[in-house]
Amino acid sequence: MTAVWANQLLQGIMLGGLYTLFAIGLSLSAGVMRFVNIAHGDFIVLACYALLVLTTALGLNPVVATLILLPVAFLFGFALQRFLLQRVVGENVLLVILMTFALSIIIENGLLEGFGADPQKISGSWMETATVALGNGINVGLFQIITFVAAVGLVAVLDLFLYRTGIGAKIRAVSDDVAAADLIGLSSVQIYAVAMGITFVTIGIAAGFVSIWTNFDPASGPTRLLIAFEVIVMGGLGSLWGSLAGGIVLGLAQAIGGQFDIAWQIMAGHIVFLVVLAVRPQGLFPKY
Amino acid sequence: MAATAASPLLAVESVSVFYDKFRAVDNVDIAVATGEIVSIIGANGAGKSTLLKAIIGQADRVEGSISFAGDNIVGRSTESIVASGVMLVPEGRRLFPSLTVEENLRLGWDVGRKGDIGFADVWRLFPVLQERRRQKAGSLSGGQQQMVALGRALLANPRLLLCDEISLGLAPLVINELYALIPGIKQRGIGIVLVEQDIERSLTVADRFYCLLEGKVSLAGRPGEVSRDLVMKHYFGV
Repeated sequence: MTAVWANQLLQGIMLGGLYTLFAIGLSLSAGVMRFVNIAHGDFIVLACYALLVLTTALGLNPVVATLILLPVAFLFGFALQRFLLQRVVGENVLLVILMTFALSIIIENGLLEGFGADPQKISGSWMETATVALGNGINVGLFQIITFVAAVGLVAVLDLFLYRTGIGAKIRAVSDDVAAADLIGLSSVQIYAVAMGITFVTIGIAAGFVSIWTNFDPASGPTRLLIAFEVIVMGGLGSLWGSLAGGIVLGLAQAIGGQFDIAWQIMAGHIVFLVVLAVRPQGLFPKY
Repeated sequence: MAATAASPLLAVESVSVFYDKFRAVDNVDIAVATGEIVSIIGANGAGKSTLLKAIIGQADRVEGSISFAGDNIVGRSTESIVASGVMLVPEGRRLFPSLTVEENLRLGWDVGRKGDIGFADVWRLFPVLQERRRQKAGSLSGGQQQMVALGRALLANPRLLLCDEISLGLAPLVINELYALIPGIKQRGIGIVLVEQDIERSLTVADRFYCLLEGKVSLAGRPGEVSRDLVMKHYFGV
């Protein structure tokens, strides 16, 4: 009985790593750039399809495919911000939401048109099937462990990037006061574009892991977005380590709920989110 | 290109600046030479800050010509104007409150023209900032924040320094301290534009002054050569 619970809780923590990966890009765009990207989940799904093409049509190994995708994702994010999203930055917040909502619809229908509605998955071959035995009947999938480690690593790297590098300081400066940045010759347009490029690198990384972890179809974006939102709100908007905490809380809640009744798995996550929102609306590790 | 008497460091010629249809600056001519302190005085809404915005490339619509070191800079990006050696100390300081003192200062170095003013100079001018370099800028007192804003601008190694109301909201003692530094900045050959509502203060350090009234230059000259009464008359337009 204890082993069952221990397994389930470990699963929950590992799942929290995956959820952190979903959320980290949204944490950057919403928390740091103050930009609510409704299409965040759809961009993750779009990246999953890009990986699907790279692994099936070109026969690449998923790890190689993801590494190829990342620089492309950076350029895509940079260009998207520079030439499209920048037009609505600083205007009415509603415009940002409407524009990214439109992007969400375009991506979902574009994917449906191009790939059909069937669920897809990328094979992680041995990475997926290998398990690590921790003794006493406790086993964890190797891929789950890799995902969790990647999530912690990504949070750590981004935190160092934002707080220890010159570009990171510029991004935080623009986040503090866009007009002041422009007044002293820090081009906010350029910095926003770089930040969005980095956000899209995290989207590419998230896609690399989730495309092996579970199925995806053109309509799975909004679910990813919902999870990402719950994670960053629970963690505290703009706090990267908070996103990790939020991800783990959500993963654990789902694992525990699922242990009582599988039908309660998803609902338990939402309930814990609502409880955190009610008790601690500023999140677990508030930044502002 | 060295600025000579014939071509000053900054030459604002027949410049008008508009907010939509409203002409906030109306056909203004202003010149600043290397190592010269020029004071621009005027009441609230006279167009002083707008003029600085136009020089730094942050005004929406500018007519006329603004040349810096011989190049017309109207229409150029703020980024490129700053990199060529013009730096603004904005009204209200406009630091980035969540960044540390050191990070705020470093931004000045990053955006600016690389030159011989470095962190050591800023620490020498403002020892208190070195002590507090790891503190968030938002936690400093108003005077210390103004020191960071000035330090940030100096680290950009400007040839022309634009100071917008640096005395605003500060205690007289702190203002004295800041103004005491201005001759030293001038000695480095930096041209300085002081925009102030505090006439007395800025006229005591200035080599020349311009008084703006409703967007126009109402009076110009050297502080010693005009009476305070005349300045007041053109300041208020009565």
